[in-house]
Amino acid sequence: MSHLRPDILERARELIALYPRPRSALIPLCHLAQEQDGWLRPEAMEEIAALLGITPAEVRGTASFYDMLHTEPVGTYLVSICTNIACLLGGGAELLEHAEAHLGIRVGGTTADGMITLEEAECLADCDRAPCVTVNHRYVGAQTPGSFDGLVADLRAGRRGDEIPPHGTLVRVRRSTGLQADPASVADERAAMAEAQAARAAAKEEGS
Amino acid sequence: MTVTEAPRIVTSRVGYEDSYTIDRYLATGGYEGLRKALSMTPEAVAAEVDAASLLGRGGAGFPAGRKWSMLRKDPVTYLVVNGDESEPATFKDHLLVERDPHQLVEGVVIAAYALQVTRAFVFLRGEFALGLERVQRALNEAYAHGAVGADIFGSGFSVDLVVHPGAGAYICGEETALLESLEGKRGFPRIKPPYFPAAIGLYGQPTVVNNVETMSNLPWIVVNGGAAFAALGAGRSAGTRLFALSGHVNRPGTYEVEMVKTTFRDLVMAPVYGAGVRDGREVKAFIPGGVSAPWFGPDQLDLPLGQDEVGQAGSMLGSGAITVMDSSTCMVRAAWRITRFFARESCGQCTPCREGSGWLERVMRRIEHGQGREEDLDLLLDVSDNITPGLQWPPQQTTICVLGPSIPSSIHSAIEMFRDEFLLHVKEGGCPHA
Repeated sequence: MSHLRPDILERARELIALYPRPRSALIPLCHLAQEQDGWLRPEAMEEIAALLGITPAEVRGTASFYDMLHTEPVGTYLVSICTNIACLLGGGAELLEHAEAHLGIRVGGTTADGMITLEEAECLADCDRAPCVTVNHRYVGAQTPGSFDGLVADLRAGRRGDEIPPHGTLVRVRRSTGLQADPASVADERAAMAEAQAARAAAKEEGS
Repeated sequence: MTVTEAPRIVTSRVGYEDSYTIDRYLATGGYEGLRKALSMTPEAVAAEVDAASLLGRGGAGFPAGRKWSMLRKDPVTYLVVNGDESEPATFKDHLLVERDPHQLVEGVVIAAYALQVTRAFVFLRGEFALGLERVQRALNEAYAHGAVGADIFGSGFSVDLVVHPGAGAYICGEETALLESLEGKRGFPRIKPPYFPAAIGLYGQPTVVNNVETMSNLPWIVVNGGAAFAALGAGRSAGTRLFALSGHVNRPGTYEVEMVKTTFRDLVMAPVYGAGVRDGREVKAFIPGGVSAPWFGPDQLDLPLGQDEVGQAGSMLGSGAITVMDSSTCMVRAAWRITRFFARESCGQCTPCREGSGWLERVMRRIEHGQGREEDLDLLLDVSDNITPGLQWPPQQTTICVLGPSIPSSIHSAIEMFRDEFLLHVKEGGCPHA
């Protein structure tokens, strides 16, 4: 019984087919799993491992390196506030303090209703609108303490749904076509690569 | 204030509301560069880029043409585009991927043709949710238009592009870490040599890694010729370049300016750019090229925006991120926050970086919070010296990648320029700005 939904599985297979080696699809597949569950459930990591032909430990071990991949549950909305240099100069640290007080949680925590997880972010590359805030990785523009409270009220009331989709940064990203350059290209590529690497190894052997 | 008449090369469309659509792109000369390139030999296209003297726009500033010429000949080679823009205060690629994704796609196909590569990966940082949507949509439109895929515009040349999302890790901007990440692994930078993935890159195959802005310049260069690009700017710094201006200025934003002929002062003060320091204050210091770069004081504002000019003055243009700090800024706090960033983002492979960043962060924190001692200044410099011996510029390296030697830049600058402020924190038992 598959944990991942059929539509997610179909997209996962499309993604795997784009890479010369299946493991390259690991991060994209983790994004898909988070789209379904909000975080990386152990069942999802096992299934990703099976799809890629690696072990669940390799999936977890890789995923745990990356800030956007969550091996613990997160709220419906992940609110990220940047406090790095440009945002620090624009009041990011004060905004984060205000957010903690307003939401009644500390950085890394989730509100009791499960709606909001608060995160202190490193630079999100939106520094001309400091302090930068994103919700589920959607930029919502510079915020003041007052506008932040309004944003939270909107999120709780479901008023920003169109603009801020659920988790999974690929939720609106879909390729219209598979590889076209040469239908057999992935197989050829894998064979050619293996050949080239064997030749290099042989040359090295000879040289030593 | 100097505002030169240089054309807008990569930001010509950003004023249009629909700048990211194929209709707008085609209506404004889109894909003409690719058509022209396909009528030339791949070598001739590469020669134009070489003639343009286009320095890579990612941070290291290596000539793009030379990088291409180093690509080892092999039946399987790759092109990888670095869109992992994460150097704090850098937000130029953000603009390019959201506002002109077709320009990026066209640039990548031109590069793929010049390099005769049949598979290119566009690695975008995962936080660019909208950027990923826009680039994928542009790519879908480009496939339908015949500009990507099999037999492009009937030329017989074929290439596939794959948009690949990252997942949040500063270190993946380092090109070998990016390749590891693209292989589905932790973003651990690879041991050098080989210094360039052009010898051994993605899956061990020869690979060229170029920045988003570098790629976005190619359509214009092919249409107008490398010489036209090289005629802009001066010396080794040819063309225009995007600068992301942030901090205490009236108009923070991404501005395309002609290199060398524009100065930091022009960028900060000119009404069309930064429009001066906020609330009429003075510049206390500024960071000229991302947080890895040593800081400059107001006396350096008249330096030209040129790679060599800034390098000779003891810092770097880096990723093109300029952050202005005004007279109200606590320099200890600013340097502490930057150090905390490096401590968080160190990948952990090399001891000087992994341990040193944490130690520096803790010492900086205690000074900012009033628990510092006067000896801490020497301690900071000593730990820094263990990460990058001699504390010189360009820095010495004791680590696999340049994240390590980047850590002490802000601390070293802050101590050199604002020693009194550190001592005041120690003497007053806290931050005088708080």
